[in-house]
Amino acid sequence: MRTALYDHHVALGGKVVDFHGWDLPLNYGSQIDEHHAVRQSAGMFDVSHMTVVDCRGSEVISYLRKILANDVAKLSPGQAMYSCMLNEQGNVVDDLIAYKIDDQYFRLVVNSATHDKDMAWLMHWSKEFDVAVVEMVKKCIIAIQGPQAITQVTRLLGGESAEKLIALKPFRFFSTEDYFVARTGYTGEQGVEVIAPVMQGKAFWEKLVAAGVQPCGLGARDTLRLEAGLNLYGNDMDETTSPLTSNLAWTIVWDDQRDFVGKEALELERAQGVNAALVGLILQDKGVLRTGQRVVLKDGREGVITSGGFSPTLEKGIALARVSLPLMSASVDIRGVLKPVLVVKPNFVRNGKAVYELLVKEEG
Amino acid sequence: MSTVPDELKFTPSHEWVRIEDDFAIVGITDFAQTLLGELVYVELPDVGDVIAQGESCAVVESVKAASDVYCPLNGQIIEVNEELADQPELVNDDPYSNGWLFKIQMDNPDQVEELLTPEEYQKQVAEEAH
Repeated sequence: MRTALYDHHVALGGKVVDFHGWDLPLNYGSQIDEHHAVRQSAGMFDVSHMTVVDCRGSEVISYLRKILANDVAKLSPGQAMYSCMLNEQGNVVDDLIAYKIDDQYFRLVVNSATHDKDMAWLMHWSKEFDVAVVEMVKKCIIAIQGPQAITQVTRLLGGESAEKLIALKPFRFFSTEDYFVARTGYTGEQGVEVIAPVMQGKAFWEKLVAAGVQPCGLGARDTLRLEAGLNLYGNDMDETTSPLTSNLAWTIVWDDQRDFVGKEALELERAQGVNAALVGLILQDKGVLRTGQRVVLKDGREGVITSGGFSPTLEKGIALARVSLPLMSASVDIRGVLKPVLVVKPNFVRNGKAVYELLVKEEG
Repeated sequence: MSTVPDELKFTPSHEWVRIEDDFAIVGITDFAQTLLGELVYVELPDVGDVIAQGESCAVVESVKAASDVYCPLNGQIIEVNEELADQPELVNDDPYSNGWLFKIQMDNPDQVEELLTPEEYQKQVAEEAH
């Protein structure tokens, strides 16, 4: 499948690869330059492949309070939140952002790689509620991210929209006739994600190119989210892991009055004691950490890297890894050699700066 | 289209070899570096290591993946490119010159005859590119 911006990617020299059935640019020349553009000025991503689902009906709030582990009851119109959607085992079906338009209308943006099972899951649960679940198929989604992203987009929107955007706080959004503009993203920088009809989306992309915003591919998107310590569904969590072992306990709202899918299993897990954690690792020697590498704790217990890579900002190998508790100093098996790593909170870079905090004082 | 210099020899695993008297300089080809993408780390052998033809003796790691470098000839490592420790991107920018990996003292110069000629390597690349 191709997004509406496919020809634009090719014209810009994008190296197109297959990404879960979508032809998307891996980079437009240099993944590292694209990464730095987002950390230092502004970059943009075509994320039109992501699944947008509009949920409308008199019981939409009850519906979402049932299927999301976070609680939409705390949202006002114009607010958004991150949540996991869990199965009955308390494990993650997918992660998403829910946008509250009004009491009877919410928009969800879920992953593209999990499109079919997400749609089936959403439809399945909708049968119990007065809610209509409709996928928005034809659209452009453009993420503009970086310290200059909001200034750039403000300039291009102009008029009343510009004023709204300047005043917009993180995880808030507004709509105009053509654009749905949200202060959300997947990079650890300031920025927005814009949903627009195909024609308007293409025109907006062209304006962004003309304004000098750096087009960025999937490669930079992955290193930016990894530096920001943001989970990738399918790597760092899936239908066999719970949010409690995925650094996502903060996204669960435990409310005695509310029952949600997976709650019982999570309560049991919590009562028995959570036995693993998703942590950040920083390689002390030069080199790169890779997904799937073995993590060895000081007492011999083993864990695994769920997402590894090279951080262009820190110029070090970094990773997210799932390890059993208690935490202690650790090493990673790189081609048969145990290399010491720092064990840190999984948040390496925010707003262009190193922000990591040690979870274990001594080195591996 | 990647370049294949006339004066070099090649391996099917995308190493290039420059023969100098009794030693050889080794690197990875332009085709290989293009395929790998931007390099962020190069692990080189130690000077003094004795290595057999076909043995993995270095690793090049790009933003995408790690890839072994196989020794084209039997011999002993006499020098490695220290600049790659801080500038692995030299392999991308200049694979046949500043991006060289190591120099090896040849044990058996007859092995040079087993290496691919530029024409042979060009043919292989053309096939792999499809």
